[in-house]
Amino acid sequence: MTTHTPTRRRVLQGSGALVLGVALPMGARAQSGAAAVIQGDGSAGTFAPNAFIRIATDDTVTVLIKHIEFGQGPMTGLSTLVAEELDADWAQMRAEHAPSDPERYKNLFFGLQGTGGSTAVANSWMQMRQAGAAARAMLVEAAAAQWGVPAGEISVANGVVSHPAGHQSGFGALAEAASALTPPAEPQLKDPAEFVLIGTDRPRLDTLAKSTGQAQYTIDVQRDGMVVVAVLHPPKFGAKLADFDATDALAVPGVVRVEAISSGVAVYATNTWAAFQGRDALSANWDESEAETRSSEEMIRIWAEAASRPATVAEETGDVDAALASAAVTHEAEFVFPFLAHAPMEPLDAAIEVSDAGAEVWMGSQLQTVDHQVVAGTLGLPPEQVQVHTMLAGGSFGRRAQPSSHVAREAAEIAKAAGKGAYKLVWTRENDIRGGYYRPLTVHRFRGGLDADGAISAWENTVANQSIVAGSPFEMLIQNGVDATSIEGSTKMPYAWPAHRVSWAWMEAKVPVLWWRSVGHTHTAYATETFLDELLEKGGRDAVEGRLALLKPEAGRDRGVLERVADMAGWSGPRRGDRALGVALHESFNSYVAMIAEVSERDGQPWAHKIWCAIDCGVAVNPNIIRAQIEGGIGYGLSAALREEVVLGEGGAVEQGNFDSYAPLRLPEMPAVEVSIIASSEAPTGVGEPGLPPLAPAVGNAWRALTGSTVRRLPIAGSSERA
Amino acid sequence: MTKFRINGRDVSVDVPEDMPLLWVVRDEFGMTGTKFGCGIAQCGACTVMIDGYASRSCVTPVSAVEGAEITTIEGLAGDEAEAVRQAWVALDVPQCGYCQSGQVVAATALLQETPKPTDEDIDFAMEGNLCRCASYVRIRQAIHDAADILES
Repeated sequence: MTTHTPTRRRVLQGSGALVLGVALPMGARAQSGAAAVIQGDGSAGTFAPNAFIRIATDDTVTVLIKHIEFGQGPMTGLSTLVAEELDADWAQMRAEHAPSDPERYKNLFFGLQGTGGSTAVANSWMQMRQAGAAARAMLVEAAAAQWGVPAGEISVANGVVSHPAGHQSGFGALAEAASALTPPAEPQLKDPAEFVLIGTDRPRLDTLAKSTGQAQYTIDVQRDGMVVVAVLHPPKFGAKLADFDATDALAVPGVVRVEAISSGVAVYATNTWAAFQGRDALSANWDESEAETRSSEEMIRIWAEAASRPATVAEETGDVDAALASAAVTHEAEFVFPFLAHAPMEPLDAAIEVSDAGAEVWMGSQLQTVDHQVVAGTLGLPPEQVQVHTMLAGGSFGRRAQPSSHVAREAAEIAKAAGKGAYKLVWTRENDIRGGYYRPLTVHRFRGGLDADGAISAWENTVANQSIVAGSPFEMLIQNGVDATSIEGSTKMPYAWPAHRVSWAWMEAKVPVLWWRSVGHTHTAYATETFLDELLEKGGRDAVEGRLALLKPEAGRDRGVLERVADMAGWSGPRRGDRALGVALHESFNSYVAMIAEVSERDGQPWAHKIWCAIDCGVAVNPNIIRAQIEGGIGYGLSAALREEVVLGEGGAVEQGNFDSYAPLRLPEMPAVEVSIIASSEAPTGVGEPGLPPLAPAVGNAWRALTGSTVRRLPIAGSSERA
Repeated sequence: MTKFRINGRDVSVDVPEDMPLLWVVRDEFGMTGTKFGCGIAQCGACTVMIDGYASRSCVTPVSAVEGAEITTIEGLAGDEAEAVRQAWVALDVPQCGYCQSGQVVAATALLQETPKPTDEDIDFAMEGNLCRCASYVRIRQAIHDAADILES
């Protein structure tokens, strides 16, 4: 992994390579093998490969991965799908990020190239299998011609093509001949019963590079004469630069230039330290006339007020008001969720080189199509003169999927202001924590009713928060006045009761907000599953049995994971000595997850000892990665539930700035995790996000079982101080 | 001019005395395995060994390592390093991987000092190394596995 992405030169070197462009299932383009691909479009000198697979003469099979790898495993997962249908040996598989190309490499669920919503394997499931199967068919056809035998008598296994008469060949020796063939229109796919690789633990393709310091991230990009750039951003959201004095910054040895850009002030230097020092030496004045000056506390008051009034109805069955009026017992609750920073370990960054030929960008781009367009637009270049190289990213959790493309735009403005050359924009941790694009601050309001038998008769849930998608290319997710990402998880619950209403109050603020690992489910799962737990308790129901009794007949997969996790934990009620158990069930991104948390009290806070998790995500392409993603979702979710909070103080400035004040979970606090994956023949669904939502309510319900009180305002660590 | 040894090689650099070792390693020597995460010794992504001790290079001024022996992820060698690498790969510890150079250096330093660490030893040695992917379950197990490899 020493080079960044497939450059034109590298692909040209691979003469004799079989380069497949299997545009499936979208059909479209005729493809006549390697020659057409190597020539590209031939117009502007920009290489536009039409390919998912490259088979080299040395037998290596390289899969071009259209999704960014930031730990969730698409390089391994998508390569597994190809290798399965290709009958390759796992040891010959390689993976690289695909170039930016919205036609060939689009996410089939999005219509543009991008990663999110836990869709990488789900949208690639048939596409990558078909690509692999097509390659296999062409290798077989080439072998049949070479050996003068019928193709139907040839078999392929573990990367070896063979015929009973004694013929045998690796893939590489057949690559050139196969390149001359036409890909089959409808390659034959395996019956799932024939799967050899899918469904078994596969070692990740990127582990060795990441265990030896060899993996290359954006921050590692080095180009001749590259200048490092640090940026000073406004202290409040919506503030604009009024004026600045660069004298002291320019006096820092190594600082070579200072420029105003639309997001603040950019300091250019010969090394990163000088750029940071120069940034700190700047003095700048800000126009705060359009800035957000409300504090988090003020917003919480306003949001809570809105959540207590009628709002836009997203989902309704029965007559909630009548059901509440006639309920034997009613119960109300308000839940408050803070702004959250994603805080990926690699601070946001981008490298850009502008020359007479155009611009090249290296970044952990999660929405390549949007970043590509924004760079081209900012620099006034036609898109074909811009290349976006997707780099390995040091985490994202949603942060790098930027519909506003603000990082790509900042990098392009830095290059535009300074002229041709190579630049590397590096954010500091303070840029990151104070930089917005948070999980939206959210207030949930609930009213619930029980009938005389203690059964739930009414459920009302009003959610108040900002819209993530308003004004973005994803605005179509606002339907009938409701942003689905604001309330997902509060709607489409698996439970049935007579009267049900979910509403949304659209709140406005100048704080940029963004999807944060599992998006709306980050708060809806906690709010709904802890409120439900309270209602079950008030109705004299067991938390597991009570949920099972409420599940709709069609919620079989929900039932499957809940029953499985109860078995795993040996559930017989919430108390277990000086510890307590809590359960939660939540579907997100079409994956079904139930968890039980075992918790005790330590220093007035919950201490999670163990988490049992059952997941149904369809076909388990790689159980090893599924378990890793569940472990990671649990850790990320526990971190947020316990401690994470971005607070806008009086006047609207962010109080936190680095990992001392925004303090993620550390190793000693990580609970033991036991994961069980439900066997399934359904198409695979996501695993990057669904492991997060049930964690916080499982811990919260255990904590209530232990202490008698529900934490109604997250994070848990702040709740006792505020009470 | 500051002189020291890095990965067995004598070097000298002419940079401001207060430049952190992290940026000397990355920007002056072009060795990019050591990562920047916070700049205030809170995350451990920048961990290197200074005279055998796991240290945060982001807050270590280069002037403080005059005459010292520095080992970065690129120069990590020996039985403990090999055992850690083997265990890391076998368990597929990394997810995004960005913190893992620091984790591997810290784990190697731990095993050099304590060949058979307890969970408490691991807590103490690894608490300073953040992983936002929360690969912590596997980090802990891999350190135990590496200790077993060393023993056998």
